[in-house]
Amino acid sequence: MPNLMNGAKMLLECLAREGVDCFFGYPGGVTLPLYDAIYDHHIRHVLVRHEENACFAAEGYARATGKVGVCCATSGPGATNLVTGLVDAMMDSIPIVALTGQVTSKLIGSDAFQEADTFGITRSCTKHNYLVKKLEDLPQIVHEAFYIAASGRPGPVLVDIPKDVFQAQGHYAPVTSIHLPGYKVYTEGHTGQIRRAVQMMSEAERPFIYAGGGIVAANASAELRELVELLDAPAVTTLMGLGGLPSNHPNFVSMPGMHGSYAANMGMTHCDVLIALGVRFDDRVTGRLAAFAPNAKVIHVDIDPAEIGKNRTPDVPIVGDVKRVLGRMNSELGRTGLLACPTAARQAWWSQIRAWKAEHPLVPVTSDSEIKPQHLMMEIDRLSAGEAIVCSDVGQHQMWAAQLIRFYGPRLWINSGGLGAMGFGLPSAIGAQFARPDKLVFALVGDGGFQMSIPELSTIASHGLPIKIVVMNNGYLGMVRQWQELFYNNRLSSVELDCFPDAEKLAGAYGFKGRTIDKPWELASALEEAVREPGPYLLNVKVSPYENVYPMVPAGGAINEMVLAPPQPVAVPE
Amino acid sequence: MLQIVSLLVENKPGALMRITGLLSQRGYNIESLTVARTLDPQVSRMTIVVDVDAAVRQQVIKQMNKLVNVLQAVDLTDSPAVRREMVLVRVRTAQETRTAVLKEAEIFGARVVVSSTEGYALEATGDPEKLDEFIDVMHSYGEIETTRSGVVAVSLETKKLKLQPPVQQVGQASWPVLP
Repeated sequence: MPNLMNGAKMLLECLAREGVDCFFGYPGGVTLPLYDAIYDHHIRHVLVRHEENACFAAEGYARATGKVGVCCATSGPGATNLVTGLVDAMMDSIPIVALTGQVTSKLIGSDAFQEADTFGITRSCTKHNYLVKKLEDLPQIVHEAFYIAASGRPGPVLVDIPKDVFQAQGHYAPVTSIHLPGYKVYTEGHTGQIRRAVQMMSEAERPFIYAGGGIVAANASAELRELVELLDAPAVTTLMGLGGLPSNHPNFVSMPGMHGSYAANMGMTHCDVLIALGVRFDDRVTGRLAAFAPNAKVIHVDIDPAEIGKNRTPDVPIVGDVKRVLGRMNSELGRTGLLACPTAARQAWWSQIRAWKAEHPLVPVTSDSEIKPQHLMMEIDRLSAGEAIVCSDVGQHQMWAAQLIRFYGPRLWINSGGLGAMGFGLPSAIGAQFARPDKLVFALVGDGGFQMSIPELSTIASHGLPIKIVVMNNGYLGMVRQWQELFYNNRLSSVELDCFPDAEKLAGAYGFKGRTIDKPWELASALEEAVREPGPYLLNVKVSPYENVYPMVPAGGAINEMVLAPPQPVAVPE
Repeated sequence: MLQIVSLLVENKPGALMRITGLLSQRGYNIESLTVARTLDPQVSRMTIVVDVDAAVRQQVIKQMNKLVNVLQAVDLTDSPAVRREMVLVRVRTAQETRTAVLKEAEIFGARVVVSSTEGYALEATGDPEKLDEFIDVMHSYGEIETTRSGVVAVSLETKKLKLQPPVQQVGQASWPVLP
């Protein structure tokens, strides 16, 4: 029989049909049959050094391409190590499929070696999950998993496969259809509501566009740009939406929220019509909800009905794929034009936005004696010129990067937004570089997050991935230190990260180049050298340790009540 | 406030866990929960009473509807619906109060399921408030033990069940457009 094969082979056939060219994982006892099948299969398996990083790498792959990322782990500890990555993908709506091995069916529930209730553990951190009970179900489940991960609001799906299912022999018949009667995907948007929205935005005196990760997920950048230009409205993109509108677009006002720019937050607060596209009114963006855009009518477009009205009740709710909805809005706008547009009021609004921008711009701070973190971001920005992929970790460097590095397209800025998972930067860069071998990829990490993912230097070396690892090293868990300074009387408790390894020796130990710099005049040439290097490069940049991220909206504050600069000279502890 | 949610759920492994997990994850307290098969053995009907702020009632329904195995989630709190609950009460009675207990049971429309020298096992159905009263009355006769079923509800309106048709494309072709 030509189609007789075991479950492991069948799984790979299904992955191939889903267009999977590589996946990230770590083998173990119960996935031995799968790894035996991978041995001579064309799909490439990338061996990482920790399962959590397999999940982050799959996310990096998915975020850089829009395709479903795939990771794989064995039962028990392998599966539990995936959890952080799954929650991360859930929070940021990233399509990934996680494959986990499970102990043999008849041992399930017996506390067998390396048994964990993966199905139960991952219930709340996946969009959906499966435990495969018999081989006949496997192909159907795998294709359902990919469909669920990629469609609607994307997210992680986990498939738990017992060892005996991998081993069982069966006839493989390709699946021809998927039937999920209870899985609803809303795409088109309500025609009447779209008309109302278009009328509301064309009549607005102070329109403001608030675009988020949904724009990137839906590949709706072109449609967003068209709307921005048709309406000539100022627009912000959230941390998850950066690149959704090119940073050099004249209507782009930068990022809003806790560390957003003055103009972005003032614009959000004073607009009369807020056009929210693929966003979820996250607390880091809105600040105190009651004071958020208090006088605005809100148009909210989202593919997930549960996001509409969750935090802010919109005046015009539209459930649909933001790409399609924007397409329809644009053609409606193109047809009607801005007939009712209050031109004088619009001009005054733009003058106000420009005045806010000029009043408190995001100025990169520099110094002659030490490297300021903002200076580092500006140098990365110079080399990237809006085109490189920047995979950020979590913390102060992430905020400075989001404020200061330009992105001329979507899927260039890759970071852990909703979950804020430290250790994300380096492994996600691995996934991104595999997905986009043509691209310059920076892993921009702090000294804290870097040390959480240090084992992956080995993966990078093993594949000769030309990732430029830039450590913004301030010797502290900077963001926590900033909060301790501002809100806990500068009692710096367990935030100092001493004994950072020598970067040259560390990289050298893995067989690639590394260097540490701490002088501002070395920065430009050192980064250039890193980028010129054909292989990986570890650049450890020692920056001023007590720099804080501003503007800052204190937790629970209104976003127009920003702290724009240090309230007093920074106290340096003994 | 108490919200009554009626769900049609595919009988798939873990379906109950997904629903109860979702409720606890979002911080909603379950007051009662019943589940049993419908005419279609592949589908179960659940009635859940949750204790939530009025403001998040819609959110509860929306979150339920997002679950892949939930075919329909409906809020029956304010809509025309019949809500009933059953209680089993074991009441110990002394010889002299047996008749009085029976009389009271009759007033509440309760049935005697078991009668013994020790007392009775009674079965009553009704809306939850009526059952509260019944239990109070029985308690006044002595030690009792009760088991309540939780509310079951049926809508008096026909709610059209909208099911999704099969997706005929499988593999990468079924994904949304790539950049």
